[in-house]
Amino acid sequence: MALNDILKHMPSVGDMLSDYKSTEEMDFINLSQNKVLSAPPYSNPVENLAKLHENNDNIKINFDHGTTTLGFIYQGGVVLAVDSRATGGQYIGSQSVRKVVEINDLLLGTLAGGAADCTYWYRVLTSECRLYELRNKKKISLAAATKIMNNIIYSYKNSGLSMGMILAGGDMNQVSLYYLDSDGTRTMGKVFSVGSGSIFAYGVLDSGYKWELTDEQAYELGRRSIYHATHRDAYSGGTVRVYHVKKDGWNLISEEDCLDLHRRYEAEKKK
Amino acid sequence: MSIMAYNGGCVVAMKGKECVAIATDLRFGLQAQTIDTNFEKVFPVNKHMYLGLAGLQTDIITVYKRLMFRKNLYEIRENRVMQPERFAAMLSSFLYEHRFGPYFIEPVIAGLDPKTFKPFICNMDLIGCANMPDDFVVAGTCEEQLFGMCETLWRENMEPDDLFETISQAMLNAFDRDAISGWGAKVYIIEKDKVTIRKLKTRMD
Repeated sequence: MALNDILKHMPSVGDMLSDYKSTEEMDFINLSQNKVLSAPPYSNPVENLAKLHENNDNIKINFDHGTTTLGFIYQGGVVLAVDSRATGGQYIGSQSVRKVVEINDLLLGTLAGGAADCTYWYRVLTSECRLYELRNKKKISLAAATKIMNNIIYSYKNSGLSMGMILAGGDMNQVSLYYLDSDGTRTMGKVFSVGSGSIFAYGVLDSGYKWELTDEQAYELGRRSIYHATHRDAYSGGTVRVYHVKKDGWNLISEEDCLDLHRRYEAEKKK
Repeated sequence: MSIMAYNGGCVVAMKGKECVAIATDLRFGLQAQTIDTNFEKVFPVNKHMYLGLAGLQTDIITVYKRLMFRKNLYEIRENRVMQPERFAAMLSSFLYEHRFGPYFIEPVIAGLDPKTFKPFICNMDLIGCANMPDDFVVAGTCEEQLFGMCETLWRENMEPDDLFETISQAMLNAFDRDAISGWGAKVYIIEKDKVTIRKLKTRMD
């Protein structure tokens, strides 16, 4: 299997079943090999997992479906901006989620979709990136890091993962931006927005985006886009976090409560 | 998703000492999308009585208009102001008329008796089962949160100022844990000789 050639220490679900025969052995594998997930208690998960959801609306796997995240490239690097709300249905579970994952001092990723799926696989990616560094005595490129993530996600295609990620970082002495999702998409681009509030964010972002933006203008564009999304979208809110990514690393630019932003923008409108 | 939670929103009412309070949020949305942030779900019925309606927006407007028609007819025929108890009874039977095709609303009534000024609060389910407790009533998409807040903050015989603070804090903190309520709030404090209406500045996300 192609995936296992790349990641020998990370067997797919199918291989696990053949490698470890007794169930007791299966129960403890995760202790020694922490990236091995337990197999579903039925055969052929790709087909049968979907059946589990067909007649049962009570099983809610996805927490944190609502989100607004964005990222764009401009002359000064990449800006990533995110909200911080987590919802389970209409209930607001948290207003202080960190939706930007700091993979290492060059790479950042945003998190949208299933919160558990995203945080878990980002943790795996973080360790993969570190292992790459130790094996090859050089920092991993963004292209390679996203490819690893994409290979993992693709091997779980149709088993119910829900993720939409924007990754940014230094790549061959330049900055680049990738979009990945649980369907197996991996694409490089200039402007991305992901999540339930993305349609609103795109509205502001597309009307204000240009390559020649100064740093301050770029931060403000990201911030404003997220703010307007949190205002219109019920499932986005909390605080707006803005990150700046350059060739030599990233910086956290600002963390501002939506209430403060609302008051500021409201005052600006009246002027 | 329930049709009762299609537009979002909530209403709460409380009893105080010789006064009652009723509060509403201001959001009108279509599921996740916020359309308007100035949609009031509390309506005046007469000088001392307000009606709050949570649920489906189209039915909120219809029910309010149909109720005002019936109430006005009553007041003209009887040549006297309708008491809150009578209004509640009328609303209850109006809702039960539609037992097999109900309006998707949950009403809350808050008022003072036009003669004795005795405080009155009441809420109902969508087919008119009335509930008239001594403390507070809640309705809407953050009902559970409102119950929790009211249960901890409400005390007996609160003065109007105290009641305002209590109902405002209950409302604000309840809908800050609900994705589809909020975006501003309006509070009505009803006393014998005046009604105080205040708009609250709240989170807008």
